[in-house]
Amino acid sequence: MPQDDTVIRFEDVSLLYGDTHALDHVSFFMKPGETCVVLGAAGSGKTMLLKCTVGLVKPDSGRVILFGRDVTNWTENQMFDIRAKVGILFQEGGLFDSLTIAENVAYPLENQHALSNDGKLSENAILERVRESLRFVELEHTLEKFPSELSGGMRRRVGIARATVTEPPLVLYDSPTAGLDPITANTIINLIIKERDLRDTAAIMVTHRFLDGHLMANFRYNPNNGNVEPVVHGRAEDSAVTTRFLVMKEGRLVFEGSERELLENPDPYVQKFCRAGTS
Amino acid sequence: MLDFLKQPIETFQEFMFLSGRAIRNIFRSPHYADDILLQMDVIGVGSLFIVTLIGFFSGVVMGLQMSRALATYGAQGKIGEIVSITLVRELGPVLTALLVAGRNASGIASEIGSMRVTEQIDAMRALGTDPTQKLVTPRLIATAIVLPLLTVIADFIGLLGGGFIASAMMNISFDQYWNSAWRALEYNDLVQGLLKPFLFAIVIALVGCYYGIKTSGGTQGVGRATTKAVVVSSVWIFVITSLLDPLFVNLQ
Repeated sequence: MPQDDTVIRFEDVSLLYGDTHALDHVSFFMKPGETCVVLGAAGSGKTMLLKCTVGLVKPDSGRVILFGRDVTNWTENQMFDIRAKVGILFQEGGLFDSLTIAENVAYPLENQHALSNDGKLSENAILERVRESLRFVELEHTLEKFPSELSGGMRRRVGIARATVTEPPLVLYDSPTAGLDPITANTIINLIIKERDLRDTAAIMVTHRFLDGHLMANFRYNPNNGNVEPVVHGRAEDSAVTTRFLVMKEGRLVFEGSERELLENPDPYVQKFCRAGTS
Repeated sequence: MLDFLKQPIETFQEFMFLSGRAIRNIFRSPHYADDILLQMDVIGVGSLFIVTLIGFFSGVVMGLQMSRALATYGAQGKIGEIVSITLVRELGPVLTALLVAGRNASGIASEIGSMRVTEQIDAMRALGTDPTQKLVTPRLIATAIVLPLLTVIADFIGLLGGGFIASAMMNISFDQYWNSAWRALEYNDLVQGLLKPFLFAIVIALVGCYYGIKTSGGTQGVGRATTKAVVVSSVWIFVITSLLDPLFVNLQ
């Protein structure tokens, strides 16, 4: 296989869901440290794109290449190792409601065997990392609570803590702001920006809010004062932030490019998202 | 032309795949001992009261019904024999299994189904655990251990119930009843009395898990999965027992 420095590469991936195309000949790639914002209406195949990435569903045709390795036909057991390098935030958080918040966040540390090659982590080490991860989303006080005792926004934040506790190089966010009020939604996006800039991770964020993508593209976390600030164009450390926008419609990728290109695109479907975001 | 057969055959095939994986996982690490113990508690200890109750009443009813029939032949002394054979061979295993199917096939299907629709199953896979290993296999092991035990308890309490009727209403001493009940049992009866619940347990656990994992369509889907799990596992209990019976009857 030729050398491939992409984090994800989709080559002509199609997936049928019933009689409709959930993904229809989708091709795109992502480089390390890059952020992709996938916009699309409900049912446009955004979630399937994420699930296909980590092999939770298998494409009917095409190839999925993850960290330079063709994982299209890998078995579930092979996938477990590579999934340890990917964090996922599910739409409603996807927390296990029979486990406490601490156990939820500790779950990937205890179960992803690729991580414990150098021997199993001790209980104290796990607890320390769980605390650190929860501190990051400012929910350290909820360790012993159950997911049902938390609000929707808090569950989403715990989901982020669980997705990033293993410090994966790639994080997938499935509609992180869906169903949240604007203030909570902004908190979540700020956390995602902070996570991206502190740990320098690549991220795919699926959303139907243009504003989420706009924030991702134009703000960055300032570690000196702990605030999320607007990007100043031309400043050296800010040029590292590269955000691309993808727009999906009925399983097809109808747009790919920067925010400026997105705003200037004449396609009425694409424009619908921009207008909805700016109004 | 045979299109109507496609779906049931597909379902059966998927079910067999799941069963194969679940059984293979018994011999593979990682093992989730905590989950097995938890499920044994939920299924076994949780069903204990209702199983005892139903066991007692089935013995009582058997005793009452048989007392009249036996009286016509003046063979009341045979009551112990009849109650013990019907209970140990058939009623104990089937009634207990039906109860556990109603209680636990539904419980398993709805629990796993809710996990499915809230993406917890996907999360489990994404975080490095095989849902068959973590959810299905422990339930299978737990049910297969616990259901034969529950059946033994139901049989025993049922025999006591029959004895209660014999001594209270038929003027047969409890000792005499117990003696004839005990002597009526052969090795063959015990084998089928324990083999049946073991097979029923496998069906109950796997059917519950299968419909749970196949759930789609939100909360409504969970309801449908639960109903199907109970109906299908109950039907299979009867199918299995009618298939096994001729085998054991001919063994005599």
